[in-house]
Amino acid sequence: MSKIHIPTPLRQYVGKQSSVEVTGTTVGEAMSSLVAQHPDLRKHLYTDEGKLRSFVNVYVNDEDIRYLQKEATAVKDGDDISIVPSIAGGIAG
Amino acid sequence: MATTTEIPVTLNKDEILRYSRHLIMPEVGMEGQQKLKAARVLCIGTGGLGSPLALYLAAAGVGTLGLVDFDVVDYTNLQRQIIHSTADVGRKKLDSAADKLKGINPYLNLRTFDTRLSSANALELFREFDIIADGTDNFPTRYLVNDACVLTGKPNVYGSIFRFEGQASVFATEDGPCYRCLYPEPPPPGLVPSCAEGGVLGILPGLVGVMQATEVIKLILGIGDPLIGRLLLIDALGMKFRELKLRKNPDCPACGTHPTVTKLIDYNEFCGIRGEEKPVASGVPEIQVEELKRRLDAKEDLFVLDVREPHEYQICNLGGYLIPLNDLPKRVNELDSSREIVVHCKMGGRSAKAVAFLQQAGFSKVHNLAGGITAWSDRVDPKVPKY
Repeated sequence: MSKIHIPTPLRQYVGKQSSVEVTGTTVGEAMSSLVAQHPDLRKHLYTDEGKLRSFVNVYVNDEDIRYLQKEATAVKDGDDISIVPSIAGGIAG
Repeated sequence: MATTTEIPVTLNKDEILRYSRHLIMPEVGMEGQQKLKAARVLCIGTGGLGSPLALYLAAAGVGTLGLVDFDVVDYTNLQRQIIHSTADVGRKKLDSAADKLKGINPYLNLRTFDTRLSSANALELFREFDIIADGTDNFPTRYLVNDACVLTGKPNVYGSIFRFEGQASVFATEDGPCYRCLYPEPPPPGLVPSCAEGGVLGILPGLVGVMQATEVIKLILGIGDPLIGRLLLIDALGMKFRELKLRKNPDCPACGTHPTVTKLIDYNEFCGIRGEEKPVASGVPEIQVEELKRRLDAKEDLFVLDVREPHEYQICNLGGYLIPLNDLPKRVNELDSSREIVVHCKMGGRSAKAVAFLQQAGFSKVHNLAGGITAWSDRVDPKVPKY
């Protein structure tokens, strides 16, 4: 099992948890496990075509998956996966 | 940190005494303090992040501080924008900030820019400074600041906050990543709530703003490990700090090997915002607060649905039936579609979404209370507190 850290703006879709335990040997599987447990999260993370939204970055431990193998990046037990969306504070938009 | 000042910067006896606690540290010393005095830092925004940022830079002896802010001090700012006091409510933020900053350090060369930073003025403005500290509160300006920093070759000391979390980094150095390397595109408007909608713990911009000030000083002095290529994630509730590696993206449109951003663009358009931002789902039937009052007073059979959160209900309410917006899909069967329903929230945005949802669920007698409980307080019953 690995852990996905949920950023504050998305915690309302996972029952207010700050992290969720997931199964999977790749980032793609871990993220699928996450949205299977919390379907409301899907549209905030993925487009209708099933691609990860571009303002959402995913890290395994401290590395951006775009520079690893993207969603095929391997995930081991105990790894930390972080979802990092852009935040700007203040006025909306 | 190279500056274009040709005249050697000296410190007088007063300044030497003032900065003694810097001077006695080998990491700063006279040379470091002179670098601080020669430095020119532009702070974009004198709000939550800008307050502690500017205060500490002034205290530290940064020689020239530029402030960009067009806004006026609002009562709700005082919970976190500690450079402003109660007596400043209604004043221009620049004037309020200038008083406090010069009060802390009369040696400060303060330059104020009472303007909204825009594609028309950013490049010219940035050229006069060495480091830019981004304390802004919206996505279009974040991208504008980033692109202008990349185009003018100035580092962008970045901080951002939301509720209990913050981010900090240093973007746009020559070899480091820029903001667009991390986030090539902004989120669609409305997907990430603002402080006014989501709230923010007052201390949070204090924490993050001082981190920004720290990074500015480290860059000027050339000491320590700056947050270049590092994204610091701050979780104030857990008091946990994590760090993610940021890389310069060779395909980055702004700072990559073949940049496509060669001039500043329309950032509102880039972020999908058109014109004045009004949180209304188009075509949703509305009712004005005066009419609601009239009909309630006439004891008409109206069902008032409140889609705010429980903690908001505790602040003030119209006696409505509370189903928070996110719970509405699960709890829609608690509502009677044969009755006439007026939906309200704080300002009319969430309730508009609720009305649209209910219409799709087959409810035909639903109206959105335009302006929400805020409009009720403004126009019907001033005893209802605003928040």
